[in-house]
Amino acid sequence: MIVAALAFSTQAQSPQAPAALGQPVPQTSTPVPQQTIPPTGQTNLAQPAPAKRSLAVVILDPAHGGADTGARGSSGIAESDVVLGYARLVRISLEAQGLRVILTRQANDDPSFDDRSKLANAQRGALFITLHVSSTGQPGTVRVYSLPQLTVPQLAAIAPHSGLLPWDRAQFSYIDQSRRLAELIQIQMAQRFRGTTDTPFEAPVRQLRTVAAPAVAIEVSSVSVADRSSLDQMGPGLADGVARAVAAFRTIY
Amino acid sequence: MSKGFKTTIAILTVMVILGLITLPGLRQMMQRLRSTPKTEEQARREVMQEPISTPTDVQVQAHLYWLSAASPASLEPTAIQLPLSADPVERSKQLVNALIVKAPAPERRTLPLEASLLAFYIQPDGTAIADFSDEIASGMPSGILSEQLAVQSIALTLGANMTGIRQLKILVHGQEAETLAGHLDLYGMFPVPSPQPLATPALAVPSAPGTAAPAAKASNATSGGQNNPAGPVPAPPAPAKKAP
Repeated sequence: MIVAALAFSTQAQSPQAPAALGQPVPQTSTPVPQQTIPPTGQTNLAQPAPAKRSLAVVILDPAHGGADTGARGSSGIAESDVVLGYARLVRISLEAQGLRVILTRQANDDPSFDDRSKLANAQRGALFITLHVSSTGQPGTVRVYSLPQLTVPQLAAIAPHSGLLPWDRAQFSYIDQSRRLAELIQIQMAQRFRGTTDTPFEAPVRQLRTVAAPAVAIEVSSVSVADRSSLDQMGPGLADGVARAVAAFRTIY
Repeated sequence: MSKGFKTTIAILTVMVILGLITLPGLRQMMQRLRSTPKTEEQARREVMQEPISTPTDVQVQAHLYWLSAASPASLEPTAIQLPLSADPVERSKQLVNALIVKAPAPERRTLPLEASLLAFYIQPDGTAIADFSDEIASGMPSGILSEQLAVQSIALTLGANMTGIRQLKILVHGQEAETLAGHLDLYGMFPVPSPQPLATPALAVPSAPGTAAPAAKASNATSGGQNNPAGPVPAPPAPAKKAP
């Protein structure tokens, strides 16, 4: 409870404008980030887009792993297993386009959020896709997420005064690009999976926040299906859709 | 036959008669327990958590946000009668507790039944801090969608029945958690929409001098964060595609 009281007092000093519902306003009272990355773009608050460069590498992140199975269905389906299979299929489709692909994990291990982000942040010209399977939602549908758009006061609150981009807010300069990538992938998913909307979603997904590159989360519904094969059957369509969306994104990257 | 033996027989006879008399009652009690099964968690909650009751409680129609019965990937408000306190903190606790335990059906629940609200604070600037037990994470269905709907249900419920709460911080067991259940980032504050015109006036939280009132408005139903109402400051250019 002491920690709660401390949080209470420190956050009182950071009044911020409300953001879209369900999307957290970044704190300005967090400690100075211990790790920073080189500035990747201009610091104009209204348009903080990073400098233009060509897309060279895609970081694919099969979420969870190891002891963290992620969502688990009543029939024993584990999210961490399913997404690893998806990542391998997406990798093949992307490599067929001549892109270099890096998986954040190759087997049943569980790198930290920051370790996964590091793989993207160490690259130039990267984009990041994290793959998930939900516990809920209409089975057979796919939702694509990017971080929520920030309001101008929020951008001012997180503006890098030192010229360095704080690690814990690395994604905030890429939100517009990430949103565009999410749109392209969501459209591809809508064409392949019945019941899937063609408009992407916004959510404060933890994995995305520390990625200094266009980054999206793809969540397939769901581990609640009785038979895993119905999820596995979505793999090829998912891989093809992502590859086509990334190809379209390359032209505007 | 000795006197002691006779006494023993008499005592045993009396005990058998008493047993026969109480047997139907015991049987009825067993049947009642069998017909109203309680989960371990419900039993624990009844023992550990007294319902929050304050002298200023008034029965009012509150609007709580649970999963939509028709569209489980979205939330919808449900009006229920609740005794709510005039004290903003107690009222908020009553609302969040009701959100946990009073869902009309298990499939409409957004928060795990085994979770409990350990503490609730409201700062003068309108920041609410909700401190939940570990079960808010361990009992939550893992996934971006389910975790986002869980947080939205709290924010919308507070927004619909309180005024002056601008944003919400979620703690788990008194500490900041990285995620709710592996996906949703708990790093920042979640905006709480200002109340809509409902049948029952929402309770105002005294705001600090100079604190700006929130301008965000809640929709009647909200779907997983897709194109939710933004705050008072214009957001960066909207994407080309609009929500259906």
